Amino acid sequence: MSFLSQLINGLSVGSIYALIALGYTMVYGIAKMLNFAHGDVIMVGAYTIFTAVSMLGLDYWIAIILSVVFCTVLGIVIEKIAYKPLRKASPLTVLITAIGVSYLLQNIVLLIYGSHQRPFPKIISVKSIKIGENLVISGEAFFTMVITIVIMIILTLFIKNSKTGRAMVAVSEDKGAAELMGINVNRIISITFAIGSGLAAIAGLFFASTYGFIGPYSGAMPGIKAFIAAVLGGIGSIPGAMLGGILLGVVEGLSKAYISTELSDAIVFSILIVILLFKPSGLLGKNVTEKV
Amino acid sequence: MFKRFLATVLLLAMVVAVMASCKNESTAKNEFLIGGIGPLTGSAATYGTSVKNAAQLAIDEINENGGVNGMLLKLNFQDDANNPEKAVNAYNTLMDAGMKVLLGTVTSQPCIAVVEESHKDGILQITPSGSAVDCIKYDNAFRICFNDPDQGTASATYIAENLDVKKIGVIYDKSNVYSTGIFEKFKAAAKEKGLEIVSEQAFTDQSNTDFSVQLQNIRESGAELIFIPVYYQEAAYILTQANQAGMSIPFFGCDGLDGIIPQLGDNAQIAEGVMLLTPFAADAQDEKTQKFVKAYKEKYGSIPDQFAADAYDGIYTIAEAIKKAGVTSPDDPDLNQKLIDAMTKIEVKGLTGTMTWDASGEPKKEPKAVKIVNGAYKSMQ
Amino acid sequence: MGAKSEKNKPFPGGIGRFRQKYDNNFLISFGIMIAIFLFCFLMIATGNATRHFKSLLVPAGINIILAISLNLVVGILGELSLGHAGFMSVGAYAGCLFSIYTQELFPIGVRFPLSLLVGGLVAAFFGLVIGVPVLRLKGDYLAIVTLAFGEIIRSVIINLDFTGGAAGLKNIEKHTTYTSVFIIILITLFVILNLINSRHGRAIMAIRDNRIAAESLGVNITYFKLLSFILAAFFAGIAGVLYGHNIGSLTAAQFDYNRSIEILVMVVLGGMGNIKGSIISAILITIIPEMLRGADKYRMLFYSIILIIMMLLNASPRFAEFKRKIRIKNLASALKSKSRQKEEV
Repeated sequence: MSFLSQLINGLSVGSIYALIALGYTMVYGIAKMLNFAHGDVIMVGAYTIFTAVSMLGLDYWIAIILSVVFCTVLGIVIEKIAYKPLRKASPLTVLITAIGVSYLLQNIVLLIYGSHQRPFPKIISVKSIKIGENLVISGEAFFTMVITIVIMIILTLFIKNSKTGRAMVAVSEDKGAAELMGINVNRIISITFAIGSGLAAIAGLFFASTYGFIGPYSGAMPGIKAFIAAVLGGIGSIPGAMLGGILLGVVEGLSKAYISTELSDAIVFSILIVILLFKPSGLLGKNVTEKV
Repeated sequence: MFKRFLATVLLLAMVVAVMASCKNESTAKNEFLIGGIGPLTGSAATYGTSVKNAAQLAIDEINENGGVNGMLLKLNFQDDANNPEKAVNAYNTLMDAGMKVLLGTVTSQPCIAVVEESHKDGILQITPSGSAVDCIKYDNAFRICFNDPDQGTASATYIAENLDVKKIGVIYDKSNVYSTGIFEKFKAAAKEKGLEIVSEQAFTDQSNTDFSVQLQNIRESGAELIFIPVYYQEAAYILTQANQAGMSIPFFGCDGLDGIIPQLGDNAQIAEGVMLLTPFAADAQDEKTQKFVKAYKEKYGSIPDQFAADAYDGIYTIAEAIKKAGVTSPDDPDLNQKLIDAMTKIEVKGLTGTMTWDASGEPKKEPKAVKIVNGAYKSMQ
Repeated sequence: MGAKSEKNKPFPGGIGRFRQKYDNNFLISFGIMIAIFLFCFLMIATGNATRHFKSLLVPAGINIILAISLNLVVGILGELSLGHAGFMSVGAYAGCLFSIYTQELFPIGVRFPLSLLVGGLVAAFFGLVIGVPVLRLKGDYLAIVTLAFGEIIRSVIINLDFTGGAAGLKNIEKHTTYTSVFIIILITLFVILNLINSRHGRAIMAIRDNRIAAESLGVNITYFKLLSFILAAFFAGIAGVLYGHNIGSLTAAQFDYNRSIEILVMVVLGGMGNIKGSIISAILITIIPEMLRGADKYRMLFYSIILIIMMLLNASPRFAEFKRKIRIKNLASALKSKSRQKEEV
């Protein structure tokens, strides 16, 4: 019984990681760039909802739509200003610029809203599901899980079946060849960013609703964890991001419950390393053979 | 080739610019410069911001009433991002600017590094909230808050003597010196007093938002009370998640928990029944506290926490020391020694109690145990 | 980086050979360092240096060592490492513990260099232990694993007793001086530039440029990867010891992934594989946030904007063109022609 409820604890944390990792892996897999600012877009998304609901008194639905739109636009703007001029530069240059953008977003929010954590309005309120005497699945966790799976399926279908989706795959595999085939690479990358950032807004909503508070630095750690989840699952693989996130949450929860709360971070990271040593391109990643 | 030359020239230009900008700021005559150091950016930013705001508030009040001994006070507050190296840089910036007394640093780690420097210069350093023992290991350093070991011992003693519980569960921050400092002493004292710690749950700054596993572990250990020597930001997560999980075990915390009620906002009822040891209560009924809380809220739009109260008292302590020492000019050649000598002779009636100091630098004041009832502190004895 | 000599003998043919072995890059890097040292020395000697300026010298120097050593892995070997701060922390703790426990054994003149060596060696050992399994991974996978190792090291340090746990290591004697940091920088520069200009260095760069081609030419990939990884860890460890002896206390929190990223920023900003660039950008990244202290609460906002602009400028072809245009000669002639124009008016 105790094991089951600890497993559920792990799953609910994992589903949040998975939701964040989905957005991460979109940008990561197609634009081939580590968007370190993704976690901060999540934070901005949560602050947008906070502003709309707690400060302007808007309706929840309007707030959520506003947040998704705002983050999508923000993603496109960031891409245009900070990443697009670097299309031909080394991936590391883009990485550092992304870190710069991450600092920028944190400090803008710090200046506007101040440094203290804000209580996040209770938007998602779903009744807990009781299974047994001590076995309770919180409604938020269950809802997060469902939403994550739905988004995963939609994304997979979108990439497999739509024209834009297939163009994305083409861009991720070979930019040059894609361009020759008449695909507007810049446009596809912008769209990828837009989708990734829109997903970040949704992740922000769920993250903030589950934990109840947001601060200017709330996005940094989840961003790193999502990055780990995305790599663990295999870069660019959407089901992989889901699997990686869930696995990360469960391992974290169980190691806290049964091994040591002090060393749980070290244990999680060690397991990550071991998995990558045996599966060097992640759990569901494709093994690319190198050619000379 | 030239690229490098250009870069070097630019670099040198910048270095010169730094030094130019750091040259003594022209301070107006008879202006007494108090330096402040604390985190204004980074994850500890909220504590530094509280200290900066409250210190400015106290200085404005003092200046409106004519200053101290004919001098006006001025605050120059520098960011250290909770990093010892940056704190030392900030300290040197302030020394260049002509700092006479240091109010800082806000957090313990940087404080330990900075006290080495201030000791060398011999200037008076008062830390509002650096609670580790080593923060004030030299004669020139004093503090406003309690130190960590004392809080740990006091908490264990209070629980053993006044509450009807024997089995204690603990959640503490393994990566934080405040939290581990209190916990270690608490553990030792609890053993002496016959309390049993049935579950020790830690977390670190790498994962400080989800406590469901720790809470579950404590629930299964059969604890009757949960001791949480953490700051209110983490406590807010812990209380919210305990509430969601339907736990009804009471919580007990230290001064870091102060600020929990405004932090929870609309959900303040979650904190109902939480007990804490604190010298300051934002909703205390005395006139002084109410005046401070009102002024702070008007100026900064938020309710002051423990850090703000400590800083406010810190500035009044400095003013009191200046009065006692009879210093009338910031250029007094024996300024440092006079102020340090005065510190052990003054008595300050502050927001956090009536304080006196001995040569050790620790404040003599008593923590009060309070319980949150109907969203307000209620004294327990 | 065209080193011309194929011989392994250390310049037997006098200065000409010396010039061949040590090309311009080598001399310029040393020149820059010595010029900076002399400049700072003069500033201090003439009493023009503020305390703030002086307190920045050692951190800047430590950052230079970190940036140069990370450049060996990221720029020369071409592998992304996000765990440099981890090696720094291991070295810092090892060296500082050594220096605390041998306080009575050795006089300071012996103890401090020894503790630097101990810190470096322990970090190098960790580099070996971590490098052997991990260097099989590539690209982002290697990045995430090095990041994970950095965080594991931090987590373990917090949980050990002899490291002081969360409270950290205290009462480390402050021995790091401006001069000692400078000497270590010169040693680091000498070792790393020598490596780059040697057969080994060319082998490492061959791995970066085309691993399979290098392998088929008989370059021992594992050996050279490990060599650069261990060497980088060694110098990061030394930098850590210098850091500990400068601040006087150590905590694990100072060595989180943000610190690794900060070092990476220096390397990328200075140019991958460009040692001189690393020196300059390490200094810039150290002083810019300090310079901005006057900007009060907008400080970090400005810093992030400056960082983005610098990265964009660095990569922009138009800026490269601009930099080429304003060479001294061109500048001088432009000035001349301008003044002529003015006279005509």
